[in-house]
Amino acid sequence: MRALSLAVRMLAREWRSGELGVLLLALTIAVASLTGVGFLVNRIGAAVDLQATEVLAADVRLGSPQPISQASLDEAGRRGVLATRSTRLLSVVFHDDQSQLTNIHAVSAGYPLRGHVLIADEPFARGEAVAGIPPRGEVWPDSRLLAATGAQVGSSLAIGAATLRVGHVLISLPDQGGTFAELAPSLLMNLQDLPATQLVQPGSRVSYSVLFAGDRTRIDDFKSWLLLNKKPAERLRDIRDASPQIKSATERAGRFLSLASLVSVLLCAIAVAMSARRYVHRRLDVVALMKTLGATSAFTLSVSVLQLIAIAFVAAVAGSAVGFLAQEWLLRALKGLFNTQLPPANLLPLGLGFIAAIALLVGFALPSLLQLARVPTIRVLRRDVGAPPTLVLLAFGPAVAVIALLIYWVVRDVRLFLDFTLGLAGFIALVAGAGWILVHLAGRLRGGVGIAWRYGVANLSRRRAESVLQIVAFGTGIMVLLMLGIVRNHVQDSWRHSLPEDLPNYFFVNIPPDERAPFIEFLKARGAQTSRVLPMIRGRLTAINDRPVEGAQSAGDGENFAAREQNLTWTAELGADNSVVAGRWWNREDFGKPLVSLATEFQESLHVRVGDRLTFDIGGESVAATVASIRKVKWDSFQPNFFIVFAPGVIDNTAGTYMTSAYFRPAGAIALAQLARRFPSVSIFDIDDLLARVRSVVDKAVFAVQSVFVFTVFAGLTVLLAAVQSSRDERRFESAMLRTLGASRKVVLQGVLAEFTVLGLLSGLLASVGASIAGYFVATRVLALPYGFDPSVWALGLIGGAVLVVFSGWLATRSVVNQPPLATLRANG
Amino acid sequence: MSHNPMPSAQAQITRESVLKTDHLTKQVNSPEGPLTIVQDVSLDIAAGESVAVVGPSGAGKSTLLALLAGLDAPTSGKIWLAGADLSALDEDGRARLRAQRVGFVFQAFHLVPALTALENVMLPLELAGRTDARSGALAALERVGLAMRKGHYPRQLSGGEQQRIALARAFVTSPAVLFADEPTGNLDTATGERVGALLFELNAHSQTTLVLVTHERDLASRCQRTLQMEAGRLL
Ligand SMILES: Nc1ncnc2c1ncn2[C@@H]1O[C@H](COP(=O)(O)OP(=O)(O)OP(=O)(O)O)[C@@H](O)[C@H]1O
Ligand SMILES: [Mg+2]
Repeated sequence: MRALSLAVRMLAREWRSGELGVLLLALTIAVASLTGVGFLVNRIGAAVDLQATEVLAADVRLGSPQPISQASLDEAGRRGVLATRSTRLLSVVFHDDQSQLTNIHAVSAGYPLRGHVLIADEPFARGEAVAGIPPRGEVWPDSRLLAATGAQVGSSLAIGAATLRVGHVLISLPDQGGTFAELAPSLLMNLQDLPATQLVQPGSRVSYSVLFAGDRTRIDDFKSWLLLNKKPAERLRDIRDASPQIKSATERAGRFLSLASLVSVLLCAIAVAMSARRYVHRRLDVVALMKTLGATSAFTLSVSVLQLIAIAFVAAVAGSAVGFLAQEWLLRALKGLFNTQLPPANLLPLGLGFIAAIALLVGFALPSLLQLARVPTIRVLRRDVGAPPTLVLLAFGPAVAVIALLIYWVVRDVRLFLDFTLGLAGFIALVAGAGWILVHLAGRLRGGVGIAWRYGVANLSRRRAESVLQIVAFGTGIMVLLMLGIVRNHVQDSWRHSLPEDLPNYFFVNIPPDERAPFIEFLKARGAQTSRVLPMIRGRLTAINDRPVEGAQSAGDGENFAAREQNLTWTAELGADNSVVAGRWWNREDFGKPLVSLATEFQESLHVRVGDRLTFDIGGESVAATVASIRKVKWDSFQPNFFIVFAPGVIDNTAGTYMTSAYFRPAGAIALAQLARRFPSVSIFDIDDLLARVRSVVDKAVFAVQSVFVFTVFAGLTVLLAAVQSSRDERRFESAMLRTLGASRKVVLQGVLAEFTVLGLLSGLLASVGASIAGYFVATRVLALPYGFDPSVWALGLIGGAVLVVFSGWLATRSVVNQPPLATLRANG
Repeated sequence: MSHNPMPSAQAQITRESVLKTDHLTKQVNSPEGPLTIVQDVSLDIAAGESVAVVGPSGAGKSTLLALLAGLDAPTSGKIWLAGADLSALDEDGRARLRAQRVGFVFQAFHLVPALTALENVMLPLELAGRTDARSGALAALERVGLAMRKGHYPRQLSGGEQQRIALARAFVTSPAVLFADEPTGNLDTATGERVGALLFELNAHSQTTLVLVTHERDLASRCQRTLQMEAGRLL
């Protein structure tokens, strides 16, 4: 107890003297960068998710072919979760003597919970967001429905037994869907008018949904409740089921952001490791002296441990505060870029900062501290006597365990975790080995390059262990930053390529065969860029390997392909947006053979393989074909694509229509209205709105990736700077010695710079190798992106590494060299 | 204030003896094989006596001092310090004994850089569990004439001043034995003389046993006895 109170007093005194400042500073910076990135990841990630949920018009949807009971809405109300109903059915809408099969969306107040309904007063005009839903007695049909029926705002439409007035033109719904499964035009109406239509009869195909939205934790809890309490026929959909383009954008952004957190964890670990080393080194003398004066090992240990805990605590608090303020400031400064409200920060990163500070400090410093308690007292008389060497396991065990835990905490995926940690361990081992050899070689290189270089390079090989340690620290730091840079480039490139400005924004379906040529002419004459034209034939899968599919229907969540009528096509060309993952694409000799190629989605849901025999019912005729290949389709090319493609010469003669897509900036609504009049049977799909939504998600994701990256780089620089500090004391003494012996300041400084240049080049070289390899794995395995090797990484690694290390080395040594030698020698006496 | 050794079971200790060794030897392993730095040293120092240890550089003086103070363990031989058999004590036991009975002055001052002058002097009192640490330390600073520098950190003091603080720290616990290893070695002649004078003045005042390693003939001559050391042996 007495020891404890004295330990506390010692702590207070050393604190006041500023001796603990460097470790505290390094740790604070590390925690600040960790929490800052954590906050950014958290908030921007949430904003991107929020944006993505607009495609569902909700955070979560419960869907069912049967009416959904009130229970889930009541439960939502109790939990403070918003809820509303949306019911969809397909029915014919009449206007005068014109009729059109229409996708009817009947919604209740509150719809949509996420995103906006856009309306206008003219067909094909620019939509404006509207608050609220059609009042009773009013419907909002879309442009295509109006064009097809000749109705306009103010007309009356007959829907089942009811007659409803056209209030506005529906331009888009958030949950319209991007898969074009429904070819019919849409109409939005009030759910309270639905009974009057008498369309909902036993046996009619209606899809019921309840939409839910709320803040994250409430929704997550509620989702678990729903999963337990929903009926078997009810299906839960959330952001993961959003459109494939948005899904891949948010997933990649999410993964990149976790990667960024990981990088900051590692940088933090480096800073803490280096500064803890320095701290322990500096304490050796004090501990030996205290023992001489009669302190027991237990006492000296408790003083050191107390100091450590206090440092960790203060650094955690200060670092978290700085991290929070930094990201708050960054997001405020960049507010203009974010048009939506950012969700408030949740406090999770604070916890991470705290845990990281204490865990890293314990992991890195405790073993050395335990060792410190065993410093031989004789050190007061003989400086060369250090602490007894620790067991390697004891020295690195806790640190490795702590880093592994933190990595797992961030990635939360066993596979990814193993890949990452093993990769990192391999890299560190490699860098340490290569660093050792390079330092060894550098030692032989010292002849004939001037005194400064000789002194600097000699230093490197003299302090071999220290140099290797620094190479590992710098190398790992530069490597993770470079890797993050590589990955960022790949993510952004992939997004830019997948969403070029001239991406098709219109789909045209139901083009009659004899109007195909004039239709394309018409589009081209108005400046449209058309893509490929594919036949579209309706058909239904009836048997797999001669077993009827009715029995084989999977009752799972997946789209029930078999039950539905499918759109089929045939083509000779694979197309750049398709790649064969199994089997092979047909060539000229195969034409006419009964072969079919399936998209991966279709193959996965039906569990069919290359070589299986599929039987289709096409226009009442039975057509059998063998699966020749499985294709991975890039749906975000917005080109016509089909799940099922036949080889040419199999179903060519079957009656069908054509479809195509085009990039088209029509001169106002007129051109489209003209088109609708000239080719009345062609269905026009305007996907500008969907594209805008995808672009907006991607833009936010890009912004997230950019800002987090920049933040990480800054954090990395400061953290590396803190790491350089670790060798400062030795340099201080050495430089004073050299100057006392008559070396000019310039020579000493040049020597230090030479040492750091070699150090920086070595670390940069190793980091470039590591980053290229790691970037390849992360891009291809984690983010599923094609990897392009970029030699500029090497230049950046080498030059950047040297500049970075030299600059931070100069910063750390400058004051040392500028000090008069006497002051230094005295302070070290 | 008594400087008598504590009652001990060890019968061979005379009443006046405060420090005694018996065939003390220290060997270390060097790259060229085992090296004997202190060889077969037997000595007996009485309470209140002042002894100078002199000899050429590398003779093993510092090593002997470290052994006597229990900073290091001998390879063979025995040491009795202030009535306790050092070989019977573990490291912490020796530390406790030092806290109660031993003072130190080093060539390189060895003040704790993070502590002020006053706090440095308080440290041994606090380690010995004394409650009057502050007043005792202030009094000791007064005696070395540095009371007005009590709030200064070591880096703000000159070498001579630092060594005077170290003297205050060494005497503040009224130790039974004071070990000094070249206390004036890092100081210029004039300052060294003043620090030396202060050392003997304090020693006379508190009647402490003094074991002083020095190269200064003048300082050695002030001691009651001089032990000549060469190549690890006492001559
Ligand atoms: N742990 C050790 N390992 C190897 N050699 C040692 C060790 N300790 C002391 N020595 C050697 O023993 C010899 C005596 O050292 P010591 O420091 O006791 O000499 P000294 O008499 O105090 O010399 P000086 O007057 O220069 O201070 C020296 O040659 C020293 O290098
Ligand atoms: Mg010596």
